[in-house]
Amino acid sequence: MPEFVLTVARFGFLILLWIFVFTVVGVIRRDLFAGVRSKSIVASPRGVGGAIPEGRPAKAKRGKAARQLVVTAGNLAGTRITLGEAPITIGRAEDSTLVITDDFASARHARLVPRDGQWFVEDLGSTNGTYLDRGKVSGPTPVPLGVPIRIGRTSLELRP
Amino acid sequence: MARIPGMKTQRNAELGLLAFAMVLVAAYGATVEAARIGEITPTFWVPAALLSVLFLGLHVVVRYTAPYADPVLIPAVALINGLGVGFLRRLDIGDALGDKEPIPGIFSGIGGRQLAWTLISLILAAVLLLVVRDHKVVSRYAYTLGLTGIVLVMIPAVLPASISEVNGAKLWVRIGSFSIQPGEFAKLALVSFFAYYLVRKREVLSLASRRVLGIDLPRGRDLGPVVTVWLLSLLVLVFEKDLGTALLYFGLFVVTLYVATERASWLIIGLLLFFGGVYVAYLLGASVGGPFANFYDRAQVWLDPFSSANYNREFGNSYQLVQGLLSLGTGGLFGSGPGAGLPRFVPEVQNDFIFAGIGEEIGLFGLSALLALYLLIVERGLRSALAVRDSFGKLVAGGLSFTLGLQIFVILGGITGLIPLTGQTTPFLSAGGSSLMANWLLIAMLLRISNAARGPAAGGGSDRPGGGGKKAPAQLHGAMTEVIKP
Repeated sequence: MPEFVLTVARFGFLILLWIFVFTVVGVIRRDLFAGVRSKSIVASPRGVGGAIPEGRPAKAKRGKAARQLVVTAGNLAGTRITLGEAPITIGRAEDSTLVITDDFASARHARLVPRDGQWFVEDLGSTNGTYLDRGKVSGPTPVPLGVPIRIGRTSLELRP
Repeated sequence: MARIPGMKTQRNAELGLLAFAMVLVAAYGATVEAARIGEITPTFWVPAALLSVLFLGLHVVVRYTAPYADPVLIPAVALINGLGVGFLRRLDIGDALGDKEPIPGIFSGIGGRQLAWTLISLILAAVLLLVVRDHKVVSRYAYTLGLTGIVLVMIPAVLPASISEVNGAKLWVRIGSFSIQPGEFAKLALVSFFAYYLVRKREVLSLASRRVLGIDLPRGRDLGPVVTVWLLSLLVLVFEKDLGTALLYFGLFVVTLYVATERASWLIIGLLLFFGGVYVAYLLGASVGGPFANFYDRAQVWLDPFSSANYNREFGNSYQLVQGLLSLGTGGLFGSGPGAGLPRFVPEVQNDFIFAGIGEEIGLFGLSALLALYLLIVERGLRSALAVRDSFGKLVAGGLSFTLGLQIFVILGGITGLIPLTGQTTPFLSAGGSSLMANWLLIAMLLRISNAARGPAAGGGSDRPGGGGKKAPAQLHGAMTEVIKP
């Protein structure tokens, strides 16, 4: 085997090795940005997550359908959840969709359920109660856009 | 598994990376043969092709059982594993040429055995993925696993040295020509147990504390487990004559504690206890000898490997470390080229010192690439720990990734003279079935957890189709956490 070929093979292998490393980094990078669009919880800065033409089954094109749940006050202020078809559970328990670290919240505090394009808030027997604007939530209550849901020190709003 | 349109699984990216990794393994094999034999044999591609089939099998299993799992883990590990097989085959070829024998077959020698171990490891990983459909199910068997782990650690210490001792460290169980290192599997069991224990105790450990000198000190009765594990790891150190294993178990526990409670004081306490213990062991080794003598020798070798007293001593000399350092030095920046080095000058180059052997041939440039891959694997594991929703999963993923990272640090630090040398295997690279199997199981567990972390937020996993029919303990968090009693 000529010396020249060996040298080329030797350095070629090293260069390929590094190309592999950078390809892996590239996949991780793409994955990070893909995650912003597809993950259910997105703690992105305000305004970024809004303009997403997701391929979700469009429910009600009335221009008033809620697409996002935004935390407006409390420890998690700024967090956005893109709404889909699945119900959203809120509480301190770690398997909740929205895990809130709020001393006045229960482990399983409240739940948001979609029905025919309208979201309903429902209290899950919490200690300190769930409030829609000023009124205490006792049964499943429809949530209009932009009206604050209060849980302990945390406020949430549905946004289009 | 039901796939939700619009959610990216990244499985095709994984397949592409895997193909790339296998091309690299084949290229490595070809370069080795060109340099070592002088020609490229017509069968140079066979080991790479066999490995491709094996990894492809695992990839298919992941596609069906964990479609949202991290796409980077398998290809990165596959490349390291493949290069390990390639290097061991290179040793076989070198030995055969040295003895003027014909080139060994693909399935013979340590390279062939490593190929077989890879097959078994991948089957185990696939079985784990198939059986454990939800990582939270593991928490049900936490106490059984904890007991199993401790028993596995203790077995070699209890057995007579003729069965368990290899090169001064009692880590093995040898039955005939077959030997396993039970401690490798203990890691996995212990991580699961620690995670479960700490999920239950986290509130007590993080809230009830006294402030002394600006550090939050936990209460004495909560300190119990950490002191127990500290003593246990020191016992391991004494009886198995192995600092690395002790450091591994102890570091594992301290870091899971730190992750669970978010208190830096645990890290400070843990490091102080460990260094205190090690220093006392060193002093005892210098004055008393006995079980501590081996450790004292290693520390001496580490402090000055090139002194003639340390190099020429009959037992526990620095010959191996010096040869490893010379290998790495000879390799320099770009190495001598795959197959063109002289790895057999380094004792145990197929096991503990494989990084020195490979380093001679691919140089600092290539070694950094391998280290970057290890770093990325650990990073992906920690990333899954951050993203997964339940505390048990967080602690298991965090603990497993940290153990992997710590093990790499302990052995590489040992080879390069940064810390006293201890007999640890280099994960996925070294020859040996126990290490390969245990580490592939670790990767399978990380894949399972990353699938839960990146997948759609289903309610606890029990309502997913194909969820194995087992219902996970959904109330792991609120209900079972212990309440603080004054």
